[in-house]
Amino acid sequence: MTQWIEACAKDDIAEEDVMRFDHAGRTFAIYRSPSDKFYATDGLCTHEKIHLADGLVMDHIIECPKHNGRFDYTTGAAKGAPVCVNLQTYPVKVEGGKVMIDIGYKD
Amino acid sequence: MTDAIFPRDYSLLGRDAKRAEEVGLANAKWYQAPIERVRLKELMKRSDGPAIRDTLIWIACFILTAGFAIYFFPSWWSLPFFLAYGVLYGSSTDSRWHECGHGTAFKTRWMNDAVYEVACFMIMRAPTVWRWSHTRHHTDTIIVGRDPEISIMRPTILLKLIGVYFAIPQTIDAVKKMFIHVSGRLAPEEMTFVPETERARVYFTARIWMAIHFGSIALSLYTHSWIPVLLVGVLPTMYGAWVHVMTGLTQHGGLAEDVLDHRLNSRTVLMNPVLRFIYWNMNYHVEHHMFPMVPYHQLPKLYEDMKPYTVPANSSVFDAYREIIPAWIKQIKDPTYAIPRHLPQITAAVTQPLAAE
Repeated sequence: MTQWIEACAKDDIAEEDVMRFDHAGRTFAIYRSPSDKFYATDGLCTHEKIHLADGLVMDHIIECPKHNGRFDYTTGAAKGAPVCVNLQTYPVKVEGGKVMIDIGYKD
Repeated sequence: MTDAIFPRDYSLLGRDAKRAEEVGLANAKWYQAPIERVRLKELMKRSDGPAIRDTLIWIACFILTAGFAIYFFPSWWSLPFFLAYGVLYGSSTDSRWHECGHGTAFKTRWMNDAVYEVACFMIMRAPTVWRWSHTRHHTDTIIVGRDPEISIMRPTILLKLIGVYFAIPQTIDAVKKMFIHVSGRLAPEEMTFVPETERARVYFTARIWMAIHFGSIALSLYTHSWIPVLLVGVLPTMYGAWVHVMTGLTQHGGLAEDVLDHRLNSRTVLMNPVLRFIYWNMNYHVEHHMFPMVPYHQLPKLYEDMKPYTVPANSSVFDAYREIIPAWIKQIKDPTYAIPRHLPQITAAVTQPLAAE
């Protein structure tokens, strides 16, 4: 079921960076790509539940801060050991300078 | 952790493994120095330049030392070149394995993977198994029953410790594991941290390794020369190991077990530029454990930033061993002993599990 919510202002996230967003007991990671597009995924690494928002964004890759596991944050795809399980991604739209994510979305 | 039962059970399947989970030491939250995100991003930034430069120098050193060793063999003049080659083969590969395993040395992934595979072969660490064991080492650093990379277990066994400097127990274990992997199996402890999906790769690599090892021995027999086995295989791994053991054991030697604060169980040691080249700056070990995404060439900067929050670094390898050796001797009789660390006033030590977020 579609459930759009406001996550942050567009300018809260620097280009090629990530931000943590918590809502109703859930945690998400919101990304701003080098080409100024926004993406959202689950906030915790599928390997050992570490917050990805503390990680490093390189182009379309997010690297987990604990074990350097990498995901493509545009698709959620795990890019090799030690991460084996893909990340859930969420649709994102920007309206009036606000970043909205559809937290009801499920692959 | 005063309720621990001694002697400790270091096995990943034993009593202390269960205990670590029960008391919240497994997958726990660890202390982190408050480094600003903007600064951390700067330090974490990847580049290929420093590692390409260092790798070209590294390869040149291999060629030169091996070349002169072969040229002078069997004269005694070949000895210093074999010793230098051995340090490159059996010691500098420890840090290359480590940094490239983290994927931080180079920006380009395949470069990390290529150096990682070569270094793993030379130091005899099954690449897939060690990738996963090191992951666990970072999750549960020096947590008894959880960390597969605790080098010196307590009470200290001095004879074993001496053997470690010549890579005797490590090599025996590596050869044993290679045979197990060649037969399409994992050791029981490896099964606790290597996922099913990764196991075929372990067996495949072990078979390639075995072919290279036997190839080197066969070439020695065929040419009636020691040179092939002195340059490729188990021997250089062993005769060149002492530098990486000397530097590696300063990382955690004599420090606390079962704490959730890298300042209490890890050590930063200042080293000269030659050792730092061999060791790829892993002497900044507290900094590395706290922020494993920072590449080796940025660790000196992180060390400066973290100074207010950590214990002072040891001034040299000698200075580190001045506290490590007495601690190891003390731990023969008193395995509960750990070198006390005096943390700065601004941050409290973390010795108990923190509340989960």
